[in-house]
Formats: sequence, C-alpha cells, structure tokens
Amino acid sequence: MLRDITLGQYYPVNSIIHKLDSRVKLVGTLAFIISLFFFKSFAGYAVAALFLGIVIKLSKVPLKFMLKGLKAIIILLLITAVFNLFLTPGRPLVTLWKLTITYEGLRQAAFMTIRLIFLIVGSSVMTLTTTPNNLTDGMEKGLRPLGKLRVPVHEVAMMMSIALRFIPILLEETDKIMKAQIARGADFESGNLIKKAKSLVPLLVPLFISAFRRANDLAMAMEARGYHGGEGRTKMKPLIYQNRDRIAYLILLAYLVVSIAIGRLSPV
Amino acid sequence: MGIIRAEKLSFEYTKFTEDGNIESVNRAVDNVDLDVKKGDFIAILGHNGSGKSTLAKHINAILLPTEGALYVDGKDTRDESSLWDIRQEAGMVFQNPDNQIIGSVVEEDVGFGPENMGIPSKEIWERVEESLKAVGMWEYRTNSPNKLSGGQKQRVAIAGVVAMHPKCIVLDEPTAMLDPNGRKEVIRTVRALNDVEEVTVILITHYMEEVIYADKIIVMDEGKIVMQGTPREIFSQVDTLKKYRLDVPQATLLAHELRNAGVALPECILSVKELVDELCQLK
Repeated sequence: MLRDITLGQYYPVNSIIHKLDSRVKLVGTLAFIISLFFFKSFAGYAVAALFLGIVIKLSKVPLKFMLKGLKAIIILLLITAVFNLFLTPGRPLVTLWKLTITYEGLRQAAFMTIRLIFLIVGSSVMTLTTTPNNLTDGMEKGLRPLGKLRVPVHEVAMMMSIALRFIPILLEETDKIMKAQIARGADFESGNLIKKAKSLVPLLVPLFISAFRRANDLAMAMEARGYHGGEGRTKMKPLIYQNRDRIAYLILLAYLVVSIAIGRLSPV
Repeated sequence: MGIIRAEKLSFEYTKFTEDGNIESVNRAVDNVDLDVKKGDFIAILGHNGSGKSTLAKHINAILLPTEGALYVDGKDTRDESSLWDIRQEAGMVFQNPDNQIIGSVVEEDVGFGPENMGIPSKEIWERVEESLKAVGMWEYRTNSPNKLSGGQKQRVAIAGVVAMHPKCIVLDEPTAMLDPNGRKEVIRTVRALNDVEEVTVILITHYMEEVIYADKIIVMDEGKIVMQGTPREIFSQVDTLKKYRLDVPQATLLAHELRNAGVALPECILSVKELVDELCQLK
C-alpha cells in the first residue's frame, strides 16, 4: 500500500519545456510566483493565465495532471476565500445575519483564490517537467555563488538527491516491517488517534536503525568510489545553457515587464 | 612483486566504554601476509567473523592497518597523498546492492566514480557505455535502480567500479543477498571481467560453488590465513575445511564420502560433471 506513493511527480514526455535547462525552470517559477503578488488588477491575472496556458500547452502534460495538485489545497482555498469574503472591511454589499460581504472582500477573496491556484499550478509545471535529479543539479549550479559565502551548496544538493533515491527503498522497508509485525499480531488499524500513533512507535524504531545502517554502508560505498566532496568533481550531464534557454529567459523577462505593467496600471 | 601485498598486516577493533576507557580489543586480522599477482582470481573463504571483510576493507584503504602494512600497486595505504589513487586502482563492491547505488538512474550511478575522479564529461559517457556493456546492463541504462532485480543491481554496482578503470576489484560477499539466479549472473560477470579485461579479482564469499574457478583460494579463520592453494588442493582436505566450519561443494563432498566408503574415485572432484565422468568410468 505504501509503495503506491510516488514523489517527484515527473511526467515523461518529450517537449520543449522538458528540454529546458532546469535553472531556467527554477528561475521562471520563482519569477512567475513573484509576479502574482505584484498585480493590483484582474488584467494582470489574465496575462498570467495566458502565459501559464501557453506553457502548459507547450509542455504536452495533460491539464488534468496540472490540476491534481489543487485537490490537496481545496480546504485551504475555501478557508481563505471565506475569511477574506466576510472579514474585509469596506463598502457593504450584502448582509447576512451578522456577517457582511463587502465589495473589497469580494475582490480580495477572488484575488487570493486566483493567486493560490496559479501558485500551485505554476510550480506543478516545474515538477512535472523536470526530473528530481535534474532539479537538484540545477539548484546546485544556480546557487553556486552562495558557495563563496560558505554555504555548502554541493553537499545540500547531494543530500537531496540521495534522499530522493532512498525514499522508495525506505517505503518498501516500512511496508516489510509493518507486515512482519502484523503477522505477529500487531494492530495498526483500530483504536483512536492516540492509540494508532502509539502503535507506530515499534515501527519507527527498527526503521530508524535500518536507515542509519544504510547510511553507514552508503557512506562507505561512496568513499570507496572516490567521493571526496564537490571539489575537483566533473559532471556526467553538465548543465550548459543552449540557445533555447537564452530565448526562454528573454520571454520570461518580457512576460514579467508586460504582466506587472498591466497588472499595476490597469484600472480593473 | 604483486599488485596487492600485505606484510604482517594486523587490525584491531577497539571497543570503548562510555567514559572512554578501553573495554575490549578484538584482533580481527592477525599477522596476515598476502601477495596477489596481477590478473589473478583470488577467493577468500572464511566463516562469519573470520576477518575476511576487514581484510578486504584494507585493500581499498577504508581501514588502515593497526600494525604491518598493505601495498596496492606499490603504494602504501597509510600514505594519505596516494589515497585517491588507491581507491581508483582497487575498486570495491559490497554486499547490499541497495546501499551502494548512489544515482537514481542506472547510467548516472555508473558515472559517479568517474565524476569523482574529475574526468571530462565526454569520456565519462564513453566509460559508462563500455562498462555497462561489459556487465550486460546497457539496455537498462535509463532505468531506475529500484526497478531492477538484486543480481542486476549488483551488476550495476560492478559496472560502477569498472568505469573507474581499476586494476583490481574486491568483492565483499557480493552474492550473499541474492537468489541463486542472481548469484550466477554476478559470478559469470566477475569471471568474464577477469578473463576478458584481465582485472585482478578478489572475491570474498562463503558459497563454495563460486570459488572453484579461482586461481587461488585463501581460507581465513580468526583473523589468520589458515589454508592457501588452488581449489583442488583446498577441497581435497574436506576434514580440515570442516574444522574451520566451511562446507565443500556438494559434488566434492559426495565424492569424498564415496571414497571413504570404498569407491575408487580420485581425490578432489570439483563439479558435478567431473563426478559423473569419473563414476561412469568405474567398472
């Protein structure tokens, strides 16, 4: 049952967005999210929607996958919308019992909802079109200047990619330990929340012990294969900007200028 | 002089109590002399705790000798300046296939060693292709290691070592966690590397069937080398092997029992085929 969990929901198709350098996608996602918070009018969101729509179309990933991420935050969306709707002071529009919906509240609620939706869909575009490893590679190279400030960029990136590699292994192990304990009469299903949480303790202890053992083995294997940190290391798949990446940066810049200009200046 | 040479090598595991006093000292490797020729296939046998894995970790300079010295291709493992050369020249494959694969794609894992050595990208790709083909895993290069069988994972691990162009490969019980098919796959790969690429192989195992092709067998017990010789020399001494809690291949054991029961069979038969041939010649 635990094996069904997939992390890094990469959708493997061959598209121009998939081929882009992961740094472009990282910067692009960040820029897109920032742009969302600059808009003061709906026109800005219309430009953002158009841009996002074109990118999704180019990525060849079905829209269904993009919207999947929204399911998880539907409650959050509702709460945000309701609170904004009723609790924003301003010109009253409708009064229901003691609650008043204001004109500003309506506007604010719509803004927040659209922002959240775009935020989630925008970052799904990145995770769906980039393999986790590619992403950590992009982060490592993109954040390299921080290395001068003694931030261990290479180490953090290496840890992230190792963590990603071991998630399925540890899930499988959890599954195994669980089954072994169920076979000996352990009960993970019944009882209230506290009881259920307590029954997880005998599961976590062996899992942690085995994780440490694995870490020890892996460290030895890495050393045996000559790993000595990021210094003097070459890359099998080096990230080098292509022409399409440069063009993507230009498009991104154009989007930022146009959308923020429209978003701030437009009256609606 | 051989590629690997140990001189009076000893290693002690020291166990400390919580306040830093020495609780016990366990001599895992005791006064071992070893000389391995280039291109040899050496098998090291021994019961659990006989010190064979500890010895293996010395060859890759993961452990350093407490006393004595070990030389890989003439370089002292205690000399820190040649540490990375030694790790490149003597590759190591471990027991658990999951815990030694670093990459999340097969080809990336094989490239990990060459990346550490600072080899240019283009050459890394050549090496990855050549070593994945050498172990017969080229078709799986874009797969996730999690989707492979144990034997396949272990072959990927071997490819990862081969890509570093080592002169010698140490395999520390590479088949202990595999099923019989996986075991055969791995041993076949290792033998091919030894025959075709002429890589020196040091295979540590406790499966007797895997060592009958070795050029030389070393038997260890309680940290010491107790027997050395060709498979025939070693397996002819069934009773001595039993003293060290080791089994002999089934065919050898059967032949030994038959001989004891009075059947006129020659000493030390290694494989089922040999046994059948000999039995058929009996009148």
